[in-house]
Amino acid sequence: MIELFGVFLLALAVITAIGVVQARNLFAGVMLMGIFSLLMAATFFLLDAADVALTEAAVGAGISTVLMLSALALSGAEEKARSRSRILALIVVTVTAATVIYATFEKPRLGDPNAPVQQHVAPWYFDMTQEAIEIPNVVTAVLSSFRGYDTLGEVIVVFTAGIGVLFLIGAAAPKGRASPSQGDLPVGLKHHQPIRVVGKLAIPFILLFAFYVQFHGEYSPGGGFQAGALFAAAIILYGMLEGEATALSIIPAPVLFAMSAGGALLFGGVGVVCMLLGGNFLQYDVLLAGSPVGAQQMGIIAIELGVGITVAGTLLSIFFAFATRDQS
Amino acid sequence: MSLASQLPALQVAVPMLTAPLVALLRDSHLSWAAAFAASAMSFVLAIAITGQVIGGETLVYHMGGWAPPFGISLYIDELSALLLLIITGAATLTLLAGRGSLEEQVGEARMPLFLAAWLLTLAGLAGIVVSGDAFNIFVFMEISSLATYILVSGGPQRRALTAVFKYLITGTVGATFYLIGVGMVYMMTGTLNIADMEVRLAEVSDRNVVYVAAGFITIGLALKAAIFPLHAWMPNAYTFAPHIVTAFIAACSTKVSLYVLLRLDFFVFQKNLVDHELQFAYLLMPLAVIGILYGSIAAIFEQNLKRILAFSSVAQIGYILLGASLISVAGFTAAVLHFFNHALAKTALFLAVACLGLQFAKMRLEDLRGVGRSMPWTLAAFAGAGLSLIGVPGTAGFVSKWALIGAAMEKGAPGAALVALILFSSLLAVVYVWRIVEVTWFGHGGEQAKAAGGGPITEAPLWILTMTWVAVLANFWFGFDSSLPMQLASSSAEEFLRHQP
Repeated sequence: MIELFGVFLLALAVITAIGVVQARNLFAGVMLMGIFSLLMAATFFLLDAADVALTEAAVGAGISTVLMLSALALSGAEEKARSRSRILALIVVTVTAATVIYATFEKPRLGDPNAPVQQHVAPWYFDMTQEAIEIPNVVTAVLSSFRGYDTLGEVIVVFTAGIGVLFLIGAAAPKGRASPSQGDLPVGLKHHQPIRVVGKLAIPFILLFAFYVQFHGEYSPGGGFQAGALFAAAIILYGMLEGEATALSIIPAPVLFAMSAGGALLFGGVGVVCMLLGGNFLQYDVLLAGSPVGAQQMGIIAIELGVGITVAGTLLSIFFAFATRDQS
Repeated sequence: MSLASQLPALQVAVPMLTAPLVALLRDSHLSWAAAFAASAMSFVLAIAITGQVIGGETLVYHMGGWAPPFGISLYIDELSALLLLIITGAATLTLLAGRGSLEEQVGEARMPLFLAAWLLTLAGLAGIVVSGDAFNIFVFMEISSLATYILVSGGPQRRALTAVFKYLITGTVGATFYLIGVGMVYMMTGTLNIADMEVRLAEVSDRNVVYVAAGFITIGLALKAAIFPLHAWMPNAYTFAPHIVTAFIAACSTKVSLYVLLRLDFFVFQKNLVDHELQFAYLLMPLAVIGILYGSIAAIFEQNLKRILAFSSVAQIGYILLGASLISVAGFTAAVLHFFNHALAKTALFLAVACLGLQFAKMRLEDLRGVGRSMPWTLAAFAGAGLSLIGVPGTAGFVSKWALIGAAMEKGAPGAALVALILFSSLLAVVYVWRIVEVTWFGHGGEQAKAAGGGPITEAPLWILTMTWVAVLANFWFGFDSSLPMQLASSSAEEFLRHQP
């Protein structure tokens, strides 16, 4: 039954992907991309990868669709007609896909307990998570402690992306664009009462869920990346309902950027403190004298908070940089 | 733990964690000072690490205190140390030299964000080189690539944006191919640690999927290393980037991808896959040969100074690849020497371009006619570094070309053909370097018409000129005494070819 459902989802994903390539209208393309992400999130969930599914749903289907739409607001909605033929590209893509499919013929069967990935490091992760960290969610343990250095790298990637957008399109202050005096300019969705009322009702629950995902990540799927994206989604929703200027008056752009940098610094700072206390970089054991398990948990909570702050700050910086940019 | 044992982590952490601080600074001078301090600190760390590994030591550092293959380990040998010296040295020298040039080309207002991206590029490249974990390399590849795109997009012309977009798409495809390959190896071995992969791949080495993985990794990294014919992104990215950025990335960014290619191929695949050395040689040697000829000839016909140097880089990458594809200790030594010597020559050349850039908006040769008479020191520096690029005896470039010729001679009759190729392509280099020298010193009528501010053309400021000459003199110094790069190169060649898991 699960297999059937998986095949169904993947078939839909393929159709959607072809739709994205075929779409000449960029708005349609962006929407199809969102659907594609949602299908992938469902597929990951079927594969029991709940953490990945949550990330894909929050970031892929949610935030990145919004970011793409706000970028589209600055450009035309129709793709330019192509002059050159794309035969060569088609050949390259076909050959690549065929090679990948060929390689999967020898891949271990899905869920095979004797597969190399199940035999080598995975059992150690399961044992050590119980023994050294004592939290139920092994994914969180791998992500934030065993391979925490990779996660720091990914946080820096997010931060770098934020710098890139701000460097290119500038964090210009909203120059009264959304102020009520200029009545004919779009001011969020202020004049759509039903959307406003229902939307504003949802915001506290989204924020609450964000904090739940943030601080419950050791026990259930989730963590800083997903929580940051959810937090950003709540603020973006508020910005859409009330106008970007109102949202920015609550959290000004410099604060958002400081969050983006500060979260990364918090994560890195934990690593440096570990070094100062005599351990290796990011070796949380040394944070609390006499209690390595407690120290691991403390380190994980601190760095997950750093992740959440950077992700939320960066996503919001990028969104407001697009949303408040003059269309000149 | 002592400070000495923390050096590998600090090498990455210092620039990586200074970057957010630099981005938060509002003042252009303050952020420049902080960025320079972090770059210089990285250079000092690289020198200290080189001191620790020289003579065959290997540094292994357990991130988070978790031993590999469960945790991520850093792994630094002599080749990593040589790359660290190139990366941090180039970053520090060009940043020191390029303050005025960057303020003019990027603008003071955007400087803090730009310098943060500069440090992230440095941290990303250093992170790749010190890493002993194939997935961790991908993470730092993402950091360095994204940050490099920001640096290139800072160029003053609008075309920088189209150039960087092409670079972004190509770079992303390259990184994705690498990740697909690493994923396949992980599927078959259950490990991401390179040393562990080397051991565990032996059991599954007869599977086709491993060959597919090797192919994906090789092509992905070849894209990022701008190996012919996958170099199409490079000339425009180099041309439209700010001059100082070109000087920095031309020295190290493609070389870091080549380093990863060599590391994975020689350590993981050649040890385990039957006949993989031959496949490696048969695939890459023809590409190296065509790349050398194509790059040199294209450079001769280009009209823009920076594009000439960019196509010359296509050829120089070919030399490195040619050395590696000989699969011999002598060939690998020559390749590693050329990592170092080409970085020296190109940094000096692009710094000279940055000197010119303070007077000229565009780098068309026709605009530069006779400029040598107004800017003699700049153009003399250019000619000096050009000698090293050609490989004239007495310069650093000669040392690596001589080593490459020696390595080719070991291979009998086909080797003689390669020697002829190296000599012929050096003649081509004479042609394209001489063409620039001739136009700039003996041409007439260009300089007055095209002065940027309308005023007379004057020599570049003393500071940037001094730094350019430091780079040029380094080319002569390492031509005179090449013992440091030679020792690092020959012992890393021994390690790569004779290494046993």
